[in-house]
Amino acid sequence: MPNQINVISEKCVGCSLCVNNCPFGAITLTERPDHPKKLKLAVIDLHKCTFCGACIESCKKFGAINLIKEEPIKLDIDPSHYKGIWVYAEQRHGEVSPVVYELLNEGRRLADKMQTPLSAILIGSRIESKAHDLIQHGADKVYVFDDPIFFEFQDDCYSDILSHLIKEEKPEIVLMGATNIGRSFASRVAARIRTGLTADCTALEVDLSNRNLQQTRPAFGGNIMATILCPRHRPQMATVRHKVFKPAPRDPNRKGEIIKKTVDSSKIINRTKFLEFIKDTSAKVNLSDADIIVSGGRGLGKPEGFKLVEELAEALGGAVGSSRAAVDAGWIPYSHQVGQTGRTVSPKIYFACGISGQIQHLVGMGSSDIIVAINKDPHAPMMKAANFAIEGDLYEIIPWIIKKIKKSRGIEA
Amino acid sequence: MHFIVCIKQVPNTTNVQIDQKTNTLKREGVESIINPFDEFAIEEAVRLKERTGGKTTVITMGPPQAENALREAIGRGIDNAILISDRAFAGADTWATSYTLASAIKKIGDYDLIICGKQATDGDTAQVGPGIAEMLDIPHVAYVKKIEEITPEKAKVERMMEDGYDIIEMPLPSLITVVKEINTPRMPSLRGMMASKKAQIPHWTAQEINAESTNIGLTGSPTQVMKIFTPPQRPGGEKLEGSPEEMAASLTDKLKQLQII
Amino acid sequence: MDYFLSDEEKMMVELARKIAQEKIKPVREHYDETEEFPWPIVHDLAKADLCGAYIPEQYGGFGGKVFNLVLVVEELCKVDGGISLALAATALGTFPILIAGSEEQKKKYLPDIAAGRKLAAFGLTEPEAGSDATAMRTTAKKEGDFYVLNGTKCFITNAGEAETYTVFAKTNPERGPRGISCFIVEKGTPGFEFGKKEKKMGIRASVTRELIFNNCMIPKENLLGKEGHGLMVAQATLDTSRPGVAAQALGIAAGALEEAISYARTRVQFGQSISSFQAIQHMLADMATEVEAARCLLYQTARMMDANPGKRTTKESAMSKLYCSEVAMRVTTNAVQILGGYGYIREYPVEKMMRDAKITQIYEGTSQIQRNEIALQLIKESAAKK
Repeated sequence: MPNQINVISEKCVGCSLCVNNCPFGAITLTERPDHPKKLKLAVIDLHKCTFCGACIESCKKFGAINLIKEEPIKLDIDPSHYKGIWVYAEQRHGEVSPVVYELLNEGRRLADKMQTPLSAILIGSRIESKAHDLIQHGADKVYVFDDPIFFEFQDDCYSDILSHLIKEEKPEIVLMGATNIGRSFASRVAARIRTGLTADCTALEVDLSNRNLQQTRPAFGGNIMATILCPRHRPQMATVRHKVFKPAPRDPNRKGEIIKKTVDSSKIINRTKFLEFIKDTSAKVNLSDADIIVSGGRGLGKPEGFKLVEELAEALGGAVGSSRAAVDAGWIPYSHQVGQTGRTVSPKIYFACGISGQIQHLVGMGSSDIIVAINKDPHAPMMKAANFAIEGDLYEIIPWIIKKIKKSRGIEA
Repeated sequence: MHFIVCIKQVPNTTNVQIDQKTNTLKREGVESIINPFDEFAIEEAVRLKERTGGKTTVITMGPPQAENALREAIGRGIDNAILISDRAFAGADTWATSYTLASAIKKIGDYDLIICGKQATDGDTAQVGPGIAEMLDIPHVAYVKKIEEITPEKAKVERMMEDGYDIIEMPLPSLITVVKEINTPRMPSLRGMMASKKAQIPHWTAQEINAESTNIGLTGSPTQVMKIFTPPQRPGGEKLEGSPEEMAASLTDKLKQLQII
Repeated sequence: MDYFLSDEEKMMVELARKIAQEKIKPVREHYDETEEFPWPIVHDLAKADLCGAYIPEQYGGFGGKVFNLVLVVEELCKVDGGISLALAATALGTFPILIAGSEEQKKKYLPDIAAGRKLAAFGLTEPEAGSDATAMRTTAKKEGDFYVLNGTKCFITNAGEAETYTVFAKTNPERGPRGISCFIVEKGTPGFEFGKKEKKMGIRASVTRELIFNNCMIPKENLLGKEGHGLMVAQATLDTSRPGVAAQALGIAAGALEEAISYARTRVQFGQSISSFQAIQHMLADMATEVEAARCLLYQTARMMDANPGKRTTKESAMSKLYCSEVAMRVTTNAVQILGGYGYIREYPVEKMMRDAKITQIYEGTSQIQRNEIALQLIKESAAKK
């Protein structure tokens, strides 16, 4: 019996609430000429419907939509056999990625709440020394796979070893960074062990009654948020973006267990051959780690506007960011783009110069401590999101800000 | 050689806006487009065919109207298209989608390289490409920005990473997901548009691709949507007043108070 | 207005619009400012199969209809009247081959042009021979298996960038109009060089240079048609190509009209949109009516030509070219007027449209020459009735 959804025509008043709330555009209104009050009727296109239930929420008042979700096939697993939270301790060229410490922080919080251990999985070559560091940042256990085969990241061997360990140890939750590495092989692992994987989570919570992980992530370019569950499969896997959680504090006295796993590299699937790594030596835009970011958008009006943005960034000692519109216009390279399809940033202060504040942009910088918006349009969403909103011509205002900052620096010096 | 491209039809989210009053998506006039990242996959397949000879096939899982996306792909130089369409696929998450596409590719049978865009702009998961590779038990490399060499036996590709790029050799058949740095997609051509108009596009159902009913659609999806909501808005702040100079001065004062500068 | 375009024609329009919007619009200012030749756009047009829209299928083209050329050029020129001239001027240079070329010549030259691998140019005008082509001084003297060309052509669109040139020269100066012949000259032939690039008022993305022939020896197989038939070839070419210029003019006018309407709707003065003022409304109404009338005349002319290949259409061609170019000048001037101060500065596209429009009243026969042609045909037709 597949999923079923239908509109109860006697209850539907054609109010269009469900039409507006359906994130998939699957509902339309049709005329009902034979209705005594000529009320319209909602019709659901089953090809577009994903049975997400957003319409049910919107129709609480009338209760005119009926959704019967089929219980997913129950697999041969007993959730109580699955224990512990894992953090994949991603490393590249021997350095543990910053997102790992953020995952350890959030993983620690969840582990304490669920009263279950937190483990880190470290895969690489000559990386054993990093295990202590992971314990000092909150891991109870660290599984270490140290072998030359893992010297460079390759999807085959990394997913093979992680899938084996998951099958062997049966964790409840596996968290990974939503980096190029994490996003590439997490999906392979989830496909192999037949479990769910939620990408790019921005919030995690746990329901202790059934130990379900509630994974919240932006969808539709950040226009809506969705909370995702993986109720019938274990482990529950999620990738999390860098800078969503604060990094775990280091406690040099923390103790934990380091489990060195033996690796028989001849038994590991490894069909690709790593040839070479070419380092990007161009000036790196390190947006993700910047404390101060000055971003420009379409409101700059012309590519030369970024000179002004750069000047302000320089005066503040910050990095230059941009909206997607400015990147699409070819005013600035993609590496500067902040937002859903660019970088997620979380600086102490974020200047949005001529950025209207499309939701796709807001999800990428909304967790900044302070937002300053400079815009001609007082109704721009960014002006509402900002701690300090300045209405006016940015070409007049920014030079003044630069002057004032330089002046205050001069007095300080 | 045979190149298969997996594409997705998505709403043009760059134009989607929020209705400030109702806090819901404004959906009017939102057109369906080929997922922008898939355009690079299509272009790369056409270029590979021009380079090595052979044929190209594009597939998508979606409702009947997704046929438009397939026709557009033919307009851009793809030879054949197949629509994987069945109501039973509705509600599929990335696992079930990977399974469905992998099943269709198994039915197609002979192939050398599968090409996907790095992610779709509606879901932004980047999970389906690697998922397909796993289910077909072939290797994959994600975030490919260049195919340096390709022969029927193997390919040498450049994988874009945060700190540079890796050069990896992969045996064929295998799968890659591509980033926008890989090429500049061409415009459709008149010949392609004529071909796309005339093309016969088969529709394959769940049964025709031998998909297990327990692995497709919502039923086969390990993940489920618990709820959907509009992101909370940041509480509003303070609007600075005065001349440009006064506003700049009061901003710098405030930032100084907050010890940011 | 519905022009009952076929599916194929609609497709061509749609494709041309896509290229105009996505590829040309973002760079039109750049090419106007720098006067660079827009090779990347030419490549885009080639890949889209649009370069051969007017060339028959057996030579690698896409239908061989003048109407196809008209539709494509109009659509491209709505966005930019200069960039797409690379295509329109190639058509002008190619028509002599289509009209008078032998099967061998067609097979040799047309496929490369249809595929956009090569551009063509048309060499008729000389410093002393503008509207009066018979005053040309370039000569072609037969010597064995060769013709030796000497002389200079000026104001040649695509010169220097094109590979294939159709050039007119006197093979028998004593015979006057009947002593002119047409030749194909390939770029790179010894003795064939280019003069300096002209600096122009408009259509600055298009290149205009001199062709200089200095004892340039070309094989006798490159004679197009018969010796002494050159002027007839030139006239038949211009009859066929003038709808192309008309389409350019129409496109520019339609583009300017669109800009004017959308500006009038958003520009607020005295507390209301300026489109609510009757003075503006009447201007827009006249502009739109003239553009539509021009389109009717041009489309019908092109369709008539395609329906009767080989039949001379001097009068209708001249009428289309005359009317469309006059409309283009009026409409673009009024568009600038409606945009006011903004219309006069380069940040807005209408001043460029006005500059681009002007050339359409001048080249391939000035508006005055078109009137002469029309009148001459009227008198001939009347005389033939008696």
